[in-house]
Amino acid sequence: MSLPAYLPVLFLVILSTLFAAGSMFVASKLSPAKWTAAKVEPYECGIEPQEGGVPGGERFPVKFYLLAMLFIIFDIETVFLYPWAVAYDELKVFGLIEMLVFVAILVAAYVYVWRKGALEWAE
Amino acid sequence: MPLDIPAVRLTGIAPEIALCATALLLLVIDAVLGERRNRWYLPALASIGLGLSIYFATEAWGTTRLELSGMVAVDGFASFVKITLAVFGLLTVWLGRDFLVRERAEEGEFYGLVLFAVAGMMLMAGAADLIVVFLALETFSLALYVLVGFRRRSLLSQESSMKYFLLGSFSTAFFLLGIAFVYGAVGSTNLYGGEDGPGIVSSFMATGASDVGLLILAMGLLIVGLGFKVAAVPFHMWTPDAYQGAPSPVTGFMAAGSKIAGFAALLRLLDVTLYPLREDWRPLVIGVAVLTMVVGSVLAVVQEDVKRLLAYSSIAHAGFVFTGLIAANDRGVSGSLFYLATYGITVLGAFAVVAVLSGRDDEKVTLRDYRGLFYDRPLLAGALTLFLLSLAGVPVTSGFVAKLVVFGAAIQEGYWWLAVVGMVTSAIAAFFYLKVLVVMYMQEKETEDAERVRSGPLSTGVIGLAALATIVLGLYWGPLIDVAERATLFFAGG
Repeated sequence: MSLPAYLPVLFLVILSTLFAAGSMFVASKLSPAKWTAAKVEPYECGIEPQEGGVPGGERFPVKFYLLAMLFIIFDIETVFLYPWAVAYDELKVFGLIEMLVFVAILVAAYVYVWRKGALEWAE
Repeated sequence: MPLDIPAVRLTGIAPEIALCATALLLLVIDAVLGERRNRWYLPALASIGLGLSIYFATEAWGTTRLELSGMVAVDGFASFVKITLAVFGLLTVWLGRDFLVRERAEEGEFYGLVLFAVAGMMLMAGAADLIVVFLALETFSLALYVLVGFRRRSLLSQESSMKYFLLGSFSTAFFLLGIAFVYGAVGSTNLYGGEDGPGIVSSFMATGASDVGLLILAMGLLIVGLGFKVAAVPFHMWTPDAYQGAPSPVTGFMAAGSKIAGFAALLRLLDVTLYPLREDWRPLVIGVAVLTMVVGSVLAVVQEDVKRLLAYSSIAHAGFVFTGLIAANDRGVSGSLFYLATYGITVLGAFAVVAVLSGRDDEKVTLRDYRGLFYDRPLLAGALTLFLLSLAGVPVTSGFVAKLVVFGAAIQEGYWWLAVVGMVTSAIAAFFYLKVLVVMYMQEKETEDAERVRSGPLSTGVIGLAALATIVLGLYWGPLIDVAERATLFFAGG
């Protein structure tokens, strides 16, 4: 066993603990604690919080989330397509097949999402 | 500027590709055909995919090479783990089919996710670079997070999925930080190194640094990340909750699959790549191993829920596998492989019995529900007895042989006291397995069931196969140990 090799690890643990505890201690001593009503309100990106937590006090439809995810996937596809198109001369058949595989996977995901009804807005 | 197109030979990851392609096809077919009364084609297609991956993994047996720019190792070790994982996958798919039909929750996503999870675990077995290990870890973890929460109407299932997800992401952060530190310490993340670039140890030796502090810190972080997946103490907190809330077939799959995948990466990392630094990592891993064995066995004693009990038992078993890993010799590695394969089949069998008995909504899982089981359903009780005895390590079962090989490897390396800890904790563990047996054979049933859940043909088949394997490997272990040893030989060649 070579325990001395663990010494730096021990020092790191001690240092990080001291740093965390120290900064919290110093902050608690130095910072003025003045609580106002505005400070304890939930943060809503600068909008005044309303009844129910969100503007209008209603639940968010989770569909926004699904659409956002779908958008990101196809956005990434476009990001990949640009450099691929620029380098297409060099990549030749290899690049074509690679891109076909990539697009095929995305199409499979698209068919899945479409058939499962995730694109229907109204219930 | 001419582009340097790398030589891409996909044979190295053919089993994974077969699984992913099947999973995509399965999801599309399910989405296009829509809801139908009997969707027999889904498990059938999943089985074909898993069969194909076994075929490709067998094809690769006997070769030792690095593929895809040194990112993936194709060797006997990887083939052994991949074939074992595909078998676990097959058992899970069949068991899951019966379970989901009973719960009226059959959805194509279940099979797709199991296939993706198996593919990720397989990639873990062949990964020759820490980045690929990370990729594989995330692939199978993401699939498992969803599978754990698959009983969507059950609050318990959702809660355990959430816990597993949050803690899992946390442990992944540790693993990622570990990779960054490894790169910072030696300038490489490759486990072997070769013509495509230097490996971790060769770079470390080349710098001639006498200070191994940063590398050890990195190693510790990597062990945290992988130790979480194999449920080693002190990274085991999620295990009982996740095992309890997950649908029973998924629990069995998690216990069998993520354990072998995590240990495959640990074995390759510690027993091959960091073998020259074994004197540095051993104290750390020995501490984890002893803690894991003791905490797992002792806490299991007080459990009243069968799934939680098996969860703590799986923690203890992770500790036993660690003894083989610490030995770091050929017998240790092959013994660990044998242990993980036989443990996986036994625990899948045990959870198959639990899945059948749990009844509607997967609810009857406390010891109270098992009272007088033998007089009610002698065959199921008999099968569960066999699995529990094997988990306890009683002779004539595969569990006994498995413990024998890993403890033997530790003794061979001079860690006899570690083997003693293992045996003492096995004795403690035997107590709670016997407790279940006492409940099943010697107590009276309290109430009559309103409805009797029947074991479907597939569940019966899975339980039968697992029981057969448990006995056959307990009596006639030679061939599988031989194969595990040959797998180790290819693997050490790097």
